[in-house]
Formats: sequence, C-alpha cells, structure tokens
Amino acid sequence: MSEQSLPALAAPATWRAPTAEGRPVRLLLIGVAVAFIVLFLGFPLLVVFIEAFRNGAGAYFGAFADPDTQHAILLTLLVAAIAVPANLVFGVCAAWAIAKYQFRGKAFLITLIDLPFSVSPVIAGLIYVIMFGSHGYFGPWLNDRDIQIIFAVPGIVLATIFVTFPFVARELIPLMDEQGTQDEEAAISLGASGWQTFRRVTLPNVKWGLMYGVLLCNARAMGEFGAVAVVSGHIRGLTNTMPLHIEILYNDYQWVAAFTVASLLALLALVTLVVKSVLEWRFSHELANGPR
Amino acid sequence: MTALAQFRRDTDYTQANLALVAPFVEESLRVKTMNVTVENLVKAFGATPALHGVSLDIASGELIALVGPSGSGKTTLLRLIAGLDFPNSGRVLFGNDDASSKTVQERNVGFVFQNYALFRHMSVFENVAFGLRVRPSATRPSEASIRERVMSLLDLVQLNGLEKRFPGQLSGGQRQRVAFARALAIEPGVLLLDEPFGALDAKVRKELRRWLREIHDRTGHTTVFVTHDQEEALELADRVVVMSQGRIEQVGTADDIFDNPATPFVFDFIGDSSALPVVIDKGGVSLDDRTLAIDANGHPDGPATLFFRPSHARLAGQESGTIVGTVIGARRHGDIRRLELEVGAARHRCEIDVPADADVPKTGRVAVKPAKWRLFPRAP
Repeated sequence: MSEQSLPALAAPATWRAPTAEGRPVRLLLIGVAVAFIVLFLGFPLLVVFIEAFRNGAGAYFGAFADPDTQHAILLTLLVAAIAVPANLVFGVCAAWAIAKYQFRGKAFLITLIDLPFSVSPVIAGLIYVIMFGSHGYFGPWLNDRDIQIIFAVPGIVLATIFVTFPFVARELIPLMDEQGTQDEEAAISLGASGWQTFRRVTLPNVKWGLMYGVLLCNARAMGEFGAVAVVSGHIRGLTNTMPLHIEILYNDYQWVAAFTVASLLALLALVTLVVKSVLEWRFSHELANGPR
Repeated sequence: MTALAQFRRDTDYTQANLALVAPFVEESLRVKTMNVTVENLVKAFGATPALHGVSLDIASGELIALVGPSGSGKTTLLRLIAGLDFPNSGRVLFGNDDASSKTVQERNVGFVFQNYALFRHMSVFENVAFGLRVRPSATRPSEASIRERVMSLLDLVQLNGLEKRFPGQLSGGQRQRVAFARALAIEPGVLLLDEPFGALDAKVRKELRRWLREIHDRTGHTTVFVTHDQEEALELADRVVVMSQGRIEQVGTADDIFDNPATPFVFDFIGDSSALPVVIDKGGVSLDDRTLAIDANGHPDGPATLFFRPSHARLAGQESGTIVGTVIGARRHGDIRRLELEVGAARHRCEIDVPADADVPKTGRVAVKPAKWRLFPRAP
C-alpha cells in the first residue's frame, strides 16, 4: 500500500526549490544583468581598444613614442609606487590598532578612515590647494623655502594618498577583528616580542586580505582623476598622470593617442581585476578551510 | 596507514607507550618547577567585577583544577597568573619573585588556550619550535637541538610522523596535543591550561585526561587547569579550587570537596544533591512544621537549608521524623534508580537513589531518611 503510493510523492518535473524563481523570471533577471554589463561595461571597453587600433598597430605603438605620454606613464607608476606603500603601512597600523585594542574614539577613527570614500575627490584636491597653494595657509612659508607642493609631484602624491586612504585598512579591519587576539597571546606567552609576533603570526594570518587591499588601492591610485586634476596644474611632461594626459590628448582631438593611453590604463585595470579574482578565490578558500 | 592503525595511534596512550619516552622525559623534560602564590587578586572589567580578592597557594609540581560555572572568574584567574591580563590590585608570586611587574614573555609560563590558538600557517613542527625560534640569538638553541627537542616533544605527545602536517589537517585531540607540546617546548616553570579538553568529544576527553595526568607525573610541572567539568576536576587534580562569582568557595582534595563541602554552593555544584528549606528551633530541625529525625548539631536557630546526596538517602519504613514526599518520576541512572519526589505543600523537589531492582511504587507517597546530610544557614 505504502510502496504503491511512493511514486506519487516523488518530486514532480515542475518541482523547484522554494526560494528559486520560475524559469521566465530567472531568464529575465539574468538577461537584464547581462545586457546591462555588455552595454555599460563590455561595449565601452571594446570601443577603447577599437579606437586605439583604428589606424593600425603601427599608430598604436607609435603613440607611446611621444615623450609626454611616456612621462605620464612613468609619473603614474611613480605616484602609485609612493602612495600604495604609504597606505599599506598606514592601513596595517590602523587595522591593528582598531582590531586588537580597545580605546576611546575607536568608532570615530573608523569613520575618519572612511571619509575619503564619502568626500568628493575634487574637494580632496582643493583641501591641498588651500593648505599648500601659493595663496594657501602654508603657501608663503613653503614659497620662501622654495618648496613646491601644488602643481608638482608631491601634491599629486598627497592627493592620491588621501583618495586611496581607506582601501588597505578597510580590507584588514574585519579580517583582524574576526581572528581576535588569541594567536597573538599564544605567541607572546611563548616568549615572542611584539615585532616577532607581528611578523611571524599576525601578518601571515592576514596576508591574502592585505594583498587584496593593496591591489584595490593600486588600481585606484593609478586611475585617480578628480583630486589629482585639481592639484596637478596639467603641466605637460611634468605633472600629467595617465588619466590627465588622456583627457588632454582627447581635447586636442588626438583620438588614437588618447585611446591608446586609455587602453593601457584599461589593461592595467583588467590585470588588477584578474589578480584580484585569483586572490579572492584563494583567500576565501583559505578562510573557509582555516582552523578556527 | 590503515584507519584502524591511525585510530590506535590517535587514542593509545598506554603505559607501555609512555615507558618508551620515559628516559627522555627524565633527562630533559624534568624541569625546575616553582610554586605559585596568588595574593588577594582583584580584577574588574570596566564596571563588571570578575574577581573579588582571590588568594591561593599552589605548591611546586602540583596539579590544580579551577572549577566553577561560567562567569565564576576561573579563566580570569588563570589569565592573571599568566600575565595575559593585569589585576586591579593584589599580586602573583612565582617562587619568591613578584611577577606583577613581569611581562608575559618574562614569566615563562606555558599556556594552552581553549581553542588551542595554533598558528594555522605553520606546520606542526614549526608550531612546536616557535617558542625556541623567537628566543634572542644568545639563548636560541642550534637548529639541530631545536629539531631534536621538537621531535622529542612530538614523541611525548604521541604525534611522531605528523610534524609536516598543518593544524587544519589534524583532529581536535591531535591539535590539543600540538598546543601542549608547543607550551612545553619553552621549558615553562608553570603550565596553565584553559579548558584543555573543552572542545573534544567525550571519549577523546577521557583518554586525554589520563594522558595528561601521566605526563604531569613524569614532567612534574606545576600545572593549573580550568574546567567547568567537575568530574574532570575531581578525577585529575591533586587539589580542586571551586569558584563562584569571582570568589573561591573551597580549596581541597577531591575527598574534601565531595565529602565536606564548605558552602551550599559547593554542595550544590559538586555531585548530585537535594536541598530542602528547613527551620532550626532549639536544636530540632523541622520541614513544613514536621520535625525531622535530624540533629541540628550546634547550628543556630533560624531558617536553614538541608542538603543531602541522593545516594545518601534511603527509603524509610514506618519511622518517625522522615521526609515524606510523592514520587513523581523514576529514572534509571547506571546501576541505580533515581526517584524524584515532591515534598510538602510547597512541592520542593528532592531525589533519592534506590537499587535498580527495588520494588518501589512509580507514584504515591514514600518516606525518606537521609543517612548523611549538611545544614547551612539560610536567609529568611
């Protein structure tokens, strides 16, 4: 009796998980998402490369011969090479302090770290102009000593550091918070000094998260436009980073050159994205398998 | 390795196994242990008091259990001894040295954490070697002697062959032993264990318990461990410290604690017990106006609580001065049967043990007489 009634209880062909939508709804949702990505992300990216190669590979690589272009690329790499390590050090310090210690004003510090996310980059640039520009607070003092910050590389580095400030810290704080202080306590009870504990225990525990934060920070440092535009002064061959140089080339109707530099910047972003995805996969894998 | 052999390796801590490592133990693991004195420790976390003036003397080489419910301050006391927290007042002495001004590193304590806190990015070998590798170069052993010492310790904790594994690849019991070997590697003067078996299943727990006792007997470390498991504390420790709400209720051997509980809390917390509210008047003890055949034994007049263990009470016949109650349940409890009774109009619960084959009514009224009991004064 009961055996006979069993087949009727088997899942019917139309059965689906209670939380899953019907087939038409699913197709619609996926379709909207894919169309959106193609239209707003994939297509423009493709256009960048099509425009860059419009006059053939010769013109493409020829555009890199321009000394101003070369300088812009080098300047961008230089700025990233200064800003990223600076934020790496700051981010680790801030995350360490916030995650491992209890102190007054902790919530305020976290909010402060987030500030560059909410403040417009243009304002970030203007802050530095007001501080260090020739009519700014420290302008005359700096002028007397022949130190130039605004319309020079130091200003660009400062603005970039400001904008990329939160990336490393934001990545590490939740990770360190979750791991707690027990590993550190174990290391210290075994006789390790503070520095040994940090280098041998804390840092290895967060290395993937740290790399992930550094990559995001680097991508933003190289691509930053607004804040840098305000402080750089757009001096060709001197204070133009890649994003600024692209705009100038574009405004000069040098389409191929503009899109060539743009393609390089896009390529850097794509590489970052790939490395980030690999790390993310590796990182989540490690987190899931990590003994608690 | 077959699954069975692996299982044996994981669980076999026989005397024969320990005898193999005994010569090594005698030579290099027998350490200079020290006595620990805790003087009037007071600790509060913010406005929450954790310890109210705790004092304790721990003899050199002693195995001490701190037992109590969660929130009793036992882990706080352990962390204060280790130097992982600092007291608001009071001090800790290692031998005759005041450790209060010493950092954790200087105290040279072996601490085993509840969740082991193994370094997950390091192999078992590197975990155990950590305490030796971080020493300043003047006192750091050579690579060869580090290797020798780590391998000896892994031998001691029965983990030889697993030194290349990572903590994530080990069972709970194996991790526990790695943490133990890691703490022993620094030749600690005192070994402190925070719920050492808390995260293990019952069977592994029992085996590791015996294993710890044997290792302790051989290495002779002054050892303090925290547990919420009274059975573990009574079985394993030389002396048991019962704690409640930031205070020490009683310190004593398993016999002291079980046979002569100093406070109502200890009577209630250690072992099974029944408590009935009684009144003492002119040397007589009465429950709900019914005089019991119990001697007040010098206790002052006034309200009191009568404590007795289920195993110390028996069913009584037509005697006077018995506790009369209604059987509301009977449960098989190993070799005996435990009856649950409701006593008096206020329906106080109490339990007594009867032989499993005794013919007792499943319901109905019975008379009970405790053979051993304790009276504690009670606030009215």
